[in-house]
Formats: sequence, structure tokens, C-alpha cells
Amino acid sequence: MLATLGEMFAMNQIGFPILTFIVFLPVLTAILIAFLKEETEIRIFAASTTLITFLLSVLVFVFFQRGTDQIQFTENLDWIAPIGVSYHVGVDGISLMLVLLTTLLSFLVVLFSWNGIAHSLKQYLICLLVLETTMLGVFVAINVFLFFLFWEIMLIPMYFLIKIWGGERRDYASLKFVLYTLLGSALMLIGFVILYLNYHEFAMAHGLPKTYSFDLLDLLKAPMQDEKQVIVFLLLFFGFAFKVPMFPFHTWLPDAHVEAPTAGSVLLAGVLLKMGTYGFVRFSLPLLPVASQLLAPFMLVLAVIGIVYGAILALAQDDMKKLIAYSSISHLGFVILGIFTLNTMGVSGSIIQMFNHGISTAGLFFVVGFLYNRCHTKAIARFGGLSKQVPIMAGFYLLISLSSLAFPGTNGFVGEIMILFGAGQDQDQVRYLIPAIFGVLLGAAYLFWLYQRVMLGEITEENRSLIDLDRREIGVCVGLAVMILWMGVYPMTFVKVTEGSVKYVVSRMTTIPSQESAPLLVEKGRKTTG
Amino acid sequence: MVDVIALTPLLVILIPLCAGLLIYLSDQRPNLRETWSVAAGILQFLAVISMAPTVLSGQTISYPLYTFLPGLNLALRVDSLGLSFATIASFLWILTSFYSIGYMRGTHEHRQTRYFVCFALAISATLGVAFSVNLLTLYIFYELLSLVTVPLVGHKETAESSAGAKKYLLYLAGASKTALLAAIVLTYSIAGTLDFTPGGLFTELAGTTPKMLTIVYILFIFGFAKAALMPLHAWLPAAMVAPTPVSALLHAVAVVKVGVFSVLRVIFHVFGVDLMGQLGLGEITLFLASYTILMASIYALTRDNLKARLAYSTVSQLSYIILGGALLTPSGMIGGITHIASHAFSKITLFFSAGSIYVATHKTKISEMGGIGRQMPWTMAAFTIGTFGMIGVPPVSGFVSKWYLAIGSIEAQNIPTLIVLLSSTLLNAAYFLPIVYKAFWGCDGHGEQTATAVGVPTVGHGGPDSFIPTTTADIVMSNGSGPFTGGGAPPQSLGAAAAHDPEDVREAPFVVVPLVITAICSVLLGLFPQYFLELAKGVIQ
Repeated sequence: MLATLGEMFAMNQIGFPILTFIVFLPVLTAILIAFLKEETEIRIFAASTTLITFLLSVLVFVFFQRGTDQIQFTENLDWIAPIGVSYHVGVDGISLMLVLLTTLLSFLVVLFSWNGIAHSLKQYLICLLVLETTMLGVFVAINVFLFFLFWEIMLIPMYFLIKIWGGERRDYASLKFVLYTLLGSALMLIGFVILYLNYHEFAMAHGLPKTYSFDLLDLLKAPMQDEKQVIVFLLLFFGFAFKVPMFPFHTWLPDAHVEAPTAGSVLLAGVLLKMGTYGFVRFSLPLLPVASQLLAPFMLVLAVIGIVYGAILALAQDDMKKLIAYSSISHLGFVILGIFTLNTMGVSGSIIQMFNHGISTAGLFFVVGFLYNRCHTKAIARFGGLSKQVPIMAGFYLLISLSSLAFPGTNGFVGEIMILFGAGQDQDQVRYLIPAIFGVLLGAAYLFWLYQRVMLGEITEENRSLIDLDRREIGVCVGLAVMILWMGVYPMTFVKVTEGSVKYVVSRMTTIPSQESAPLLVEKGRKTTG
Repeated sequence: MVDVIALTPLLVILIPLCAGLLIYLSDQRPNLRETWSVAAGILQFLAVISMAPTVLSGQTISYPLYTFLPGLNLALRVDSLGLSFATIASFLWILTSFYSIGYMRGTHEHRQTRYFVCFALAISATLGVAFSVNLLTLYIFYELLSLVTVPLVGHKETAESSAGAKKYLLYLAGASKTALLAAIVLTYSIAGTLDFTPGGLFTELAGTTPKMLTIVYILFIFGFAKAALMPLHAWLPAAMVAPTPVSALLHAVAVVKVGVFSVLRVIFHVFGVDLMGQLGLGEITLFLASYTILMASIYALTRDNLKARLAYSTVSQLSYIILGGALLTPSGMIGGITHIASHAFSKITLFFSAGSIYVATHKTKISEMGGIGRQMPWTMAAFTIGTFGMIGVPPVSGFVSKWYLAIGSIEAQNIPTLIVLLSSTLLNAAYFLPIVYKAFWGCDGHGEQTATAVGVPTVGHGGPDSFIPTTTADIVMSNGSGPFTGGGAPPQSLGAAAAHDPEDVREAPFVVVPLVITAICSVLLGLFPQYFLELAKGVIQ
């Protein structure tokens, strides 16, 4: 029995189907929680589950083999063999960072939501746990079908989070969020189907045993005509660009953020937005290298528009959450900029930046959440001079702001400077530096200004009774602070992890595989072919 | 050039960092807390000096830290330029620690622990800049310095001090986040390296145009806004709202000198003298520096607030250093580098004196300082030596560096620069000597003195006193209240009491001793300039 199990899960370097465990543990706990009544028990179950998933993903991070482009910890199991759907999961340097981010933020979010959920705590935590499973599924899926499945299911818990626990305009915001994402993903699905059929033609022509496959590794083998690549690129683009969101598809984001509860905002900004940028790196770049190069200028222009436009809008906001939402548009513009520099420095910078943005924006939303739980408002004008009243919160908030505005010594600086160096490497791309650096300046402006308006100056009478962070909340902040400083001071720990996979993605740009050449991407461990 | 690997450079940076932690932990015990500052200062200075023989013999001392990003390392290296700057900064930190203790206690400042912690961190970052081996390391320390000095500038937490701090941050972070960052990115993309190299890191023009390099250079010199080259100088007078020791060390020595030091690094070790000459960048810099020297001197003439006058004098003197580097002749460069030292000692003496006057009498305006030299002979004697240093009167150190600057401009056959140097000397004399004259031979205005005692704004002194020439009326230190009287609690020090009784003005020993020492040092430096001259010669080899 054990032997067959081993065969099914295609043992990997630690001899245990760890990714499956990480992905499905949260949803199993969610089912378990549904039968529990005691609220404290529910909280403890949820928190310990997310903690265990986080620790397991740290384990994966530790055992992950650096400097290779191989997909590791793979598990390959046939599912719907005739149409080429398999349960194929694994991580490489790109997805590992995002898995780590997801499990960390999920744990912090559950910790944050210990108190302050007005009603239906059980349902709320179930939503969070299901959401975690789907997010992780998106990042570990190697099979495109599986990816799409998780991508779509993810909408459901997020929709409920906004719809049930959201603010005043939650109906509007949740619907807008779902409609926008669905519109994008419908187009994306067409793109995937074209890729799938392209592989079928290729397989038939070469007499491969597997005639239909959704597997990324198979799709990579099949070359594609340039015109077709451009079409598929644009179809995928809509799916990813809505999610990122890139200018001009960003209008759902501020609404969703403002209405979502803190936990929703944290996961939305921290993880969900990264799915779009992850999609570009995972699918668009390696599968469609010619189109990526052709359309890179177009993407870069959209990226810098996003950077500057998001930053200018952020300056004009009077609601803290809205300000941070617009700042996300600006920051993700940087990520897109890095990806479409199409060189190693830029692409690894953007992966680091995805992680950074997850940490720093989550931190900003947590701070807003702390204030909202205490004052029940997010209006900037309502605050001022809080640093004397809540020094610990002010300290963490300062650190998180510095991280978000890319201050040297914090993680933000590392990602930003890598992306800028990446953009500077190509003479044609140097011109994008001007708006990008302008965006950096604006970023410093709105974040410092926000900090000043909230924390400095004279405190108003109604805020004099504010209480500082308690131990649980400090724990949330410490989790983020450790990551901020670690990545800011010694980024090589993380850069090394991404190196191999990034080099592979970039190498696809120069060496477009001909009909005969074998794919560079090879799986580690035994592979079960259907 | 031989490179020695040693731990000392790292120690030099870690000592103040640890001191900062210890100071924070001894929050409740002021005496212990101050001991840490002084002890760390002495230790650090000894560590710096211990490296001098090696560096003077033509070697450099390195300590590689780690790889920060692929292809980019963080590392420390002590060379002649860095060591000459580090010597000054670490030596003056000891004196400033003593002075700060006297000053902060004398004026009963609040949150002294935060003050001393930030002070220690600032020194750490300053030495980090001095020992940086490449632009990335330099940038990180440069930005850290900006951050940790903001609480020092805004120490008083009044409306005007937070406005000053805001302006400070706006100028410095604004310039470094845009121009400097762009310059570094472009440098990396053109040269493929960020390491400082004697003779310049742009080995050849391949792959770029002279126009591009000129743009990069301009971005550099304005990116280092700490050098206060006009028009990016306005933060410096605004930052004078800080307590005087902060102004003294950070705004006459550490922060501004980090700016000019970085500019010199760029001239010598990023572009290199040859490339500077080829591209004609020297002339651009000379023009900017000359303009700043003259305009700042003229501004200084119009200031009645002593610290404001000193601030503009600093703006002007900083450009001497840049000018020296930009002359691109050996003597000019030696003049520029030694002027870092001579200006540091003279200017810190002047600031210490201004602080001493404030502690004893709470006077900030020159027009009220008639006869003060008779009440505070030590302070004003030191002040006089400081002014001589600024003007360049032998045997004070300023003479040596100005002499080299003048020789340098003759070597470069650049007569306009020589005229600028000479006329600015006249201007220096014009705005400093009247103070000295007034202090010793002017009549002492008792009436005015009582009127300007703490917290009593005098109407009618607003006009000539405006701190900043621009429109920022909210941070103008007019109305006779000066930068020090806005604090929440009016200081009940011996100084405040003394202000009402002019016969009883006493100079606080903790304040006077350091300033006398710096005055003596600036004379000694003029008599024995060999140490800094040798280091400067090491740079241009």
C-alpha cells in the first residue's frame, strides 16, 4: 500500500507529499471547524492550522535546492487522463516565494482576526482557510487546468469575505470584484485552450504518446507561430492584467479594498494581486517568448503609467485604505516593469518585489485595521499625533512605511533597486527610468505624508484614550518586521532561491526552442507518466 | 596599491551602534548614559587613528561584508580620503559628546535619551559613508544618516522645528530618491560596476555618449543635496532649529561633510580627474560652486540670527571644498580635502560658541551681543579664532587650505576662481569681524537683554532676522523668539536666571572646555597640517 502511495505522489526530496499537505490542510480544518461550536476552539484550530502550513512551507524553503531551474517537490497524479488533466503540483524558485508569502500572511491574518469580527466568526474563518487553500493551489499548480480551477474557486471565499463582512458598499464592491475578475479569466481560458490545442497538433505531428496535455512542462515543448503567440499573449494578458491590476483595469481595486474587512484587504493586496504578476512570469514569458519580446514596450508603458498614476491618486486620498489601494497599483507597476525588462536582474527584482509588496502592504493594512478596530474609522483627518499615545504602533508603522517606500535597509529597497538596475541594463529601456523614479519620489511623498498626518502633530481629544498594541498584535507586527529587515539586510537568502528559475525564464527569451530541442525544464525525481 | 584585510573598519562603525543600544538601555540613569557616549567616542577615535600608519604608508584597509545582490557587494575600505574624514568626525564626536552633556542639561532639554541614541547612530552612518567601498554601500549609509538625523533636527517638537525637520527630509530624501538613485542606476548600467576606483570607474566611453555622462554627473552633484550646493541649500538654514550641538556636529561636520565628501568621491573615484577634464565637468562645477560661495556669503551678511549667519557661512564654505576638487589640479584638490578638516574645526568652534552664549544668556541675535565678550571671555576668544579660521588668517588652519586653493586656481590658470576666492575672503571678514568687534568693544545693551529673556518675544526685531529667504513664513524664526524659545517648558536653567542679571553671566564649564579645545585644535592644525596634507596627497596619487 505504501509503495503505491509513494508511486502516486512521486516522491520528492523529503519523501513526503508535502505540497499536497500544505495546500489541503487549511480546507480540511475548515471542514472540521464547521462542526465546532466553541469560538475559542475554532480560533485555536484555525490559528494552529495556518501556523503548521507556514512552518511546513518554511521546511520546503529550507530543503529547496538552490541554483537550479527544476521544479521540485513534485507530485504527479493522473486525474482526467484522456483530456490531459493531472494533479501535478510542484514549486520552483518563483512560486516558492509566493507560497511562503501566502502561508505567512494567512497565519498573521488569522492571528489578527482573533478579536474584532462582529458576527459569524466561524464562517469567517472558514472563508479564510478555504481562501488559503485556493491561493496556495494557484501557486503550486503545474497543470494549467488545475491552475485555472484554483484561480476560479478562489473568487468564492473572497466574494463572501467582502460581501458578508465588508463595509457599507460591500454589495457593489464584491460584485464588481467578481465580475471584473471573471471577465478577465474567461479570456484567459481561451488563451489556455489555444495553448492546449497547439500542444495537441505538435504531439500528433511528432507522434508523442501523450496527445492531449494541460501540463505546463508539456506545453513548453510545443513551439508556436509568432502571430498566434501574440494572440494568446493578449488573451492571457486580460486575465492577468485584471488581477494585478494594471492600468487601465484597476478600477475594481479601490472599491474592493475599501469595503473588504482588514483580513480581506491583507490577502487581496498581499497575495491575490500577485497571482496576476505570477501569471505573467509563469505562463506568458516562458510559453510566449516572442510575443513577450514584441509586446514588452507596450507592457512597460502600461507599467510606468500605473506607477505614476497610482502614486498621484494615492496622494489625493483622504481614506487610509484607499490611499494604500492606489499605492498598490503603483507598486505593482514596478513589478510589471521588472518582469518586462526581460533580464535576470529585472525579473528576480520583480519576484522579490512581489514578496516585498505582500509584506509591506499587508503591514499597512494591518495598521489601518488596528486603528479601525479602535476608532471605527479610516478617515485620515480623524487622526493625528498618535505617536505619543501609541508608541509601539507608531514604531512598527514607521518601519512598514519605510519598507513600502523602499528605504535602504528594508526589503522594499532591494526589490526596487533590482528592478531599476534591470531597467537600466537595456539602452532602450533607460527612458522608463524617468517616470519610474518619479514614482519612487511620489511613493516617498504619500507614505511620509500619511505617516505625518496620522502619527505626528497634535493629538485630538477623542484619540487620547487609544490603547497601544497588545501582545497578539505585536506578534503580527514582529512577523512582518523580521521579514522586512531580513530581506533588507541580507537579501541573498531570497535572491538565491529565485535565481535558477529566473535564469530559465530569461533564457527562453534568447533561445526559442526549435522543433527538436528538448525542454530545459526538467522535473526532479521520478516522474509518473500517464 | 596594497590592500590589508582587517576588522577595524567594521569595529569603527559598530562601536557607536552598540553605544546607541547601551544609551537606550540606560534611559533612567543619565550619568551612565553619558558615559557610554564619551567612552564610545574615545574608543572609536582610537580605532580610527590606529589605521593611520597603514593608510599613510600608501595601503588601504578593507573589510568585505557580504554579497548584497548578485554582482554587488557591501564592503568597507579605508583609504586616504575616507580616513581624513573619519578622523575629523570621530575626534569631534568626543568633544561634541562632552558639549552635548553640558548643553542638554544646561537647557533642560526633553527626551535626551532619544537625542543621544540618534547622535550615536548618526556617527555610525557618517563613518559608514567615509569607509564605503562602492556607491551602493555609500547610498545605504547616506540614507540611514538622513533618517536618524530627522529626530535630531525636529528635537524640540514645536511647530517650527517640525517644519524644519520636514524641509530637511523633503530636500535630502527628495534629492537622493530621485537624482542620486537615478545617477547610481545609470552608472551601473553604463559601467557595470559601482566600485570606487582611483582614476574613475568609467574606464572607457564605450557604449555611451559624453552627453549621457554629463547628465549622470549633474544628477550626482545635485543628488548629494547634503553638500548644499545652490539651489538645494535651503534645508540647511531651516535645520538650524535643532539644538546647537546638533547643528555643530551634524550641520557643520557630519551631515554636510558627508555631502561634500560624497561629491569628492564622485569627482575622484567615479569620474576621475581625466574624464572630468575631458568632459569639461570641472568648469560646470566651478561655476556652481563659485555662485554658491558668493551668494551664500551675501545671504550671511543679511542675517542677524547668529546661527543663521553661521548656516549660510557653512553653505558658502562647503562649496570651497567642492571647488577645490573641481579645480582638478593637485594643489586645488589638496586644498579641497584639507578644507574639510579646517572648516570642521573652525565651524564647530563657532557653533559651540553660539551655543555657549545661548546657554549662558539665551541670546540668539547678533544685534544683542554687544559687550558679550567681556562677560564670556573664553567663549568669545574661541569664537574669534574660529572666525580667523573662516577668513583664513594665519596661523589658523583655514589659511593652509585657502592657500592651497589659491595655488590650485593659479595652477589651473583659472583667474575667475581666484577672484572668487579672494572676494569671498573679504565677504567672510565682512560678516564675521563685526560680531567680534561688537562682542569686545560694543556697548552691552542691558535693556534689550531683559526684553529678550526667554519666552518674551520682542516686537520689531522681526525684519532682519528672517531665517530663510524663501516664503516659508511658518518656519521663519522672527519676532525675536529665536529657535530656542518655542519649547514647551521655558528652561529654568542658570542661563535663564542669569539673563535677568547681566553681571552674573557664567560660562558653563562643560560647554566652554570643548570649544576651547576645538579652537586650540584649529590653530594647531594650522601650525601642523602635515597629517591631513599627507592624507590628501595620498588621495591624488
